[in-house]
Amino acid sequence: MFHIYCPHCSEYREEEEFHYHGQAHIARPLDPDSCTDEEWGNYMFFRKNPKGIHHELWDHAAGCRKFFNVTRNTVTYEIKEVYKIGEQPKVVADAVPSK
Amino acid sequence: MAQKNRLQSGGRVDRTKPVSFTYNGKKYQGFAGDTLASALLANGVDLVGRSFKYSRPRGIVAAGAEEPNAIMQIGATEATQVPNVRATQQELFDGLVAGSTNGWPNVETDLMGLVGKVGGKMMPPGFYYKTFMFPQSMWETYEQFIRKAAGLGRSPKEYDPDIYDNINQHCDVMIVGAGPAGLAAALVAARGGARVIIADEQNEFGGSLLSSKETIDGKAGSAWVSEVVKELATYKDVQMLPRSTVNGYHDHNFLTIHQRCTDHIADRAPNGQVRQRMHRVRAKWVVLATGAHERPLVFGNNDVPGCMVASAVSTYINRYGVLPGNELVLMTSNDNAYRTALDWHDAGRKVVAIVDSRRNPSGDLVSAARDRGINIIAGSGVIDVHGSKRVQEVSVASLSEDGSRVTGSVQKLRADTVASSGGWSPVVHLSCHTGSRPVWKDDVIGFVPGATVQQQLIAGAISGDFTTEGALSQGIKAAQEALSKLGKSAPEMAVPKTDKVVQGKPMALFHIPHSKPTSQAPKQFVDYQNDVTAAGIELACREGFESIEHVKRYTAMGFGTDQGKLGNINGMAIAAKFLNQSIPETGTTIFRPNYTPITFGAIAGRNCGELFDPKRYTAMHKWHVEHGAKFEDVGQWKRPWYFPKPGESMHEALNRECVATRESVGILDASTLGKIDIQGKDAREFLGRVYSNAWAKLPVGKCRYGLMLKEDGMVFDDGVTSCLGDNHFLMTTTTGGAAGVLNWLELYHQTEWPELEVYFTSVTDHWATMTISGPNSRKLLEELTDADVSKENFGFMDWKPMEVAGVPARVFRISFTGELSFEINVQANYGLHVWEKLFEHGAKYNLTPYGTETMHILRAEKGFIIAGQDTDGSVHPYDLGMGWAVSMNKPFSFIGKRGMGREDCVRKDRKQLVGIKTIDPNVVLPEGAQGVFDPSAPIPMPMVGHITSSYWSANLGRSIAMGFVKGGLDKMGEKVYYPLADGRVVEAEICSPIFLDPKGERQNV
Amino acid sequence: MSDVKATGAEATSVPTKVVMNQLPGAGIVGQSPLHHADLETVAKNGPKQGGVKFKEQKLMGLLTLRCNAQNPEQAAVAEKLLGVALPTTPLTSVEKGDTSVRWISPDEWLIVVPGNKAFALESAFFADMPGHYSLVNVSGGTTIYQLSGANVKDVLKKSTPVDIHDSEFPVGKVVSTVFAKSSAVIRRTGEQSFELVVRRSFADYLWLWIQDASREFGLVVEA
Repeated sequence: MFHIYCPHCSEYREEEEFHYHGQAHIARPLDPDSCTDEEWGNYMFFRKNPKGIHHELWDHAAGCRKFFNVTRNTVTYEIKEVYKIGEQPKVVADAVPSK
Repeated sequence: MAQKNRLQSGGRVDRTKPVSFTYNGKKYQGFAGDTLASALLANGVDLVGRSFKYSRPRGIVAAGAEEPNAIMQIGATEATQVPNVRATQQELFDGLVAGSTNGWPNVETDLMGLVGKVGGKMMPPGFYYKTFMFPQSMWETYEQFIRKAAGLGRSPKEYDPDIYDNINQHCDVMIVGAGPAGLAAALVAARGGARVIIADEQNEFGGSLLSSKETIDGKAGSAWVSEVVKELATYKDVQMLPRSTVNGYHDHNFLTIHQRCTDHIADRAPNGQVRQRMHRVRAKWVVLATGAHERPLVFGNNDVPGCMVASAVSTYINRYGVLPGNELVLMTSNDNAYRTALDWHDAGRKVVAIVDSRRNPSGDLVSAARDRGINIIAGSGVIDVHGSKRVQEVSVASLSEDGSRVTGSVQKLRADTVASSGGWSPVVHLSCHTGSRPVWKDDVIGFVPGATVQQQLIAGAISGDFTTEGALSQGIKAAQEALSKLGKSAPEMAVPKTDKVVQGKPMALFHIPHSKPTSQAPKQFVDYQNDVTAAGIELACREGFESIEHVKRYTAMGFGTDQGKLGNINGMAIAAKFLNQSIPETGTTIFRPNYTPITFGAIAGRNCGELFDPKRYTAMHKWHVEHGAKFEDVGQWKRPWYFPKPGESMHEALNRECVATRESVGILDASTLGKIDIQGKDAREFLGRVYSNAWAKLPVGKCRYGLMLKEDGMVFDDGVTSCLGDNHFLMTTTTGGAAGVLNWLELYHQTEWPELEVYFTSVTDHWATMTISGPNSRKLLEELTDADVSKENFGFMDWKPMEVAGVPARVFRISFTGELSFEINVQANYGLHVWEKLFEHGAKYNLTPYGTETMHILRAEKGFIIAGQDTDGSVHPYDLGMGWAVSMNKPFSFIGKRGMGREDCVRKDRKQLVGIKTIDPNVVLPEGAQGVFDPSAPIPMPMVGHITSSYWSANLGRSIAMGFVKGGLDKMGEKVYYPLADGRVVEAEICSPIFLDPKGERQNV
Repeated sequence: MSDVKATGAEATSVPTKVVMNQLPGAGIVGQSPLHHADLETVAKNGPKQGGVKFKEQKLMGLLTLRCNAQNPEQAAVAEKLLGVALPTTPLTSVEKGDTSVRWISPDEWLIVVPGNKAFALESAFFADMPGHYSLVNVSGGTTIYQLSGANVKDVLKKSTPVDIHDSEFPVGKVVSTVFAKSSAVIRRTGEQSFELVVRRSFADYLWLWIQDASREFGLVVEA
């Protein structure tokens, strides 16, 4: 059970209020029609499964219903930061020594 | 009644309050303050079970949560049965009924016991792997045999009459364990103004202080405990939870506590009180003050009743006033256990000898034993025990200096009790739950909590400092640290004064060797619950299982309900010794939640029975109930399924409802449809992106049906969206899809197209929706409104605001039946009023209420799909023959467009939705039936698609169905066959799914 | 219908939005989501003493406002029409007279007014609110439960994972959260009183849940 800081409500809430939506920063191609099958396939299906730092999209489903991003360590389950849609993470994989 | 082992005085039991209980059908008496275990020992009950594999008699070994043998079935009635309760943790109450779990058919005379060793040979280590794999078909036979014989307890066969619940808690400091360390921490944290929860699994706070003779600040330890508890009770933000086991420590400092509120009072919770409660705690800081478990030593026949852990013997003497034997042999590798011999001696019974594995024991406690004239046999070990249902004699031999070999001759000593101590293992379980691996410390001779990312502190014996002084000072320090991390000022507190005891160095010894090699020596038990022996572990190592994780799985060590609390470290040490490596090289030991078994009741809490899942109701629900509706669950909604008249079968009711609707007028409560209010200047653009069809030109006052696709092109929802104003729409979704669609819209708006000016608001519950459908629906509506609802001024797919039965309404001329239909929406608080008015006026038109089943039939007659029934996430609009609902020319590449362009999506032989007409009109195909083109093809036949919807149509007088067929849209008129499970093969013809009124004339009147 | 309003140029054909008075004339009485539970009778015949008090504050006017409070024009108009400024600090609420406004998200507020004032407020926004906004009447889809009493916090702790300790949940704070297996907008209205805005379709389930959770403390129903 995670304890997640909602950047919109500005407080920690229990995981049961949130929904997970997979890897963050998967932008929809601006011109899908001109994507090759491979490009489209990458957008649709291919996701990272890192051991360590991972950027994730969450939704405060039972709260403010806003989406936001979470940087989480998939080994320790530590949440390193939360940041709003449109913002970039401050904590990235290279900055953290691999375990 | 004789409590032959009860001391005349001492302990924390109340001798003025006798308590009767039943054990294995026999009545006994103990005292208030007893556990079931202490009461059994007081009564001289030696046997509490039979062992798992060998069916050997077993007695009580420990005094706490680590007890492996005294696993009880508790409960006076069938409904109150609780399996797997440790007798050492069950408080005695008047009328307690307990039975041993292990020991079929009888713990005293066990049939299996007679064949003991034969039984054992049937289950060598690796039994599961070696035996159960081949032949697998025998598993059921084995399982029955093993389950019954192993006695893993049984669940009640009746509903549990008691209430269990869950409660959410938050605190600054969660302290686990209320021994000296935990209490000291709680005191400091409370004085510092923190919100504190302190939980302990025992019935009263105090931990080791309740069973020792140590003093604190010159008073009895228990007196210090009382003072602390009294002070803690004065703080309003301190919660003290006795009888509460912290069972799990999860991510981000989330802990679960299993509180037993009434298990100590009666068989059933009195007066409807909550029996057990699960606390779900979010703590800013956690102080683990969980103490340590003493390790027994592993020696020959160390499972004969009478063999106990040394400190447990002291606990029974000092806390419960019970001396569980007459003649004691203490075997130890350390000074601390000498206390047990001193307690035994001071209680007036004979200490035969202290057998110390060390050559030159010295220290205050050793001197105290010498002063009392107790015989100390140094440099030796108990290598074997004799006796079957109770220890009668022990074999003692001198050992090599490192304890690895027997060096001298064997002497036999008469004794009925063997207390042993191989040192203490910190209770690291909870710290392991979050993934932290414990680390071995040679000076502790045990594992201590390792690095963690949790906000976790430790205090007391868990750290490897087993002294009371260490516990107190660490408790104070931990709380001070937590307070300062919380930004609170930490009060100073002097460490209370404790007895100074100089102790000699302990010896790292786990396994007492026998004169014979381990494999031929008498059984030396490591894990009592699973009958894992030292020889079994060596065998596992010999067979190549070198990782301790593999050894554990091969032998099942630590897999019992005690999770190997006593045995795991000994087992690792034995494996390490055999593999000639250190314990940390051999591996580490990880424990998982739960710390002790927990009832399902406490996990489920109140989420059972009527409250198991929310039931959602529409505003007209009461009417449906009063009019005999049968209900269907659609998600959490209770929707009327059909409305049978008295004596009517479902089939008859459906036929009547279907015909009445097509001949006159029917009414459906459609309130459960998802409804989303959409506003903003870009609302129209947004709709164009999330629906497959075009929305740019939908005029105000009009409605349009749309398909919603996922990016892969597959249909996931559908519905009608109406243009209320140029920038204002009302979207409807399927009942089950409502929440998902709103979330989907928000996802795209917030993450992809935030520049679009649009807001979405759910109004599903706000509008009560009733659909009147059938040729007389207009006449009925006209009776209740002044508005012009004529064909000319209120056309198909129009909507209008109007008053219906005096209530402002939005009426939509849309149809899911193919009939003239009006969907009336009013604010839900007035839904029942309008519904009842419709019936007042509808009687003359035979207004017929219908439910979801008739709705399904009527729409299937028209070939309308139901998303989720006729779609399954793998079909796109063209597969459904609904290319008309796709606008490929929209400027924005709508969701699903690119996905549909994949090569696989344009194959000609995709499964496509078509109508299926059985040749025999009376045969109704089962939904899910798989079609084949050639029923004479060899099995397995190539399957070409399944039936998604299938009904008897009373209006058509025949069966109708829809289903997928490979390339079906190009196979109109061709045959397809449905071989059924009962051997029948149903012949059918592929046809248009529109069975009725293909030109759509009925809805356009 | 005269009560149906549409914005956009007067008398031109295409309205941009519609707003409509959804209340019937006085002769037709609305039925709140707990109508079937007949709380009047329960209140009359039930216990008068207990640790938890329950009341359905029914048939109120509830409106969901979406707009940009950073937009000074919108903020000013909203304040003028509501009589109070929109609370922009997360999880706070404001109340003045018979109007209360709850922060729901950075661009969403839940407004509660007496049931018969909802349409007037909608119409006023409709007439005056500039720019991109939406105001949606959700009165029929929601109801309000007033929970109070010495044990009200115990009931809440059994029902919601949110921390309701005084230090974390002062009077006036409002949260949207999980309540049992449904959801609620919870606002603290006093030392020992809380208000729950719940969805109509879940109202009966939540009423059952609250009765159950209150059992050990004694439940007093007020009408």
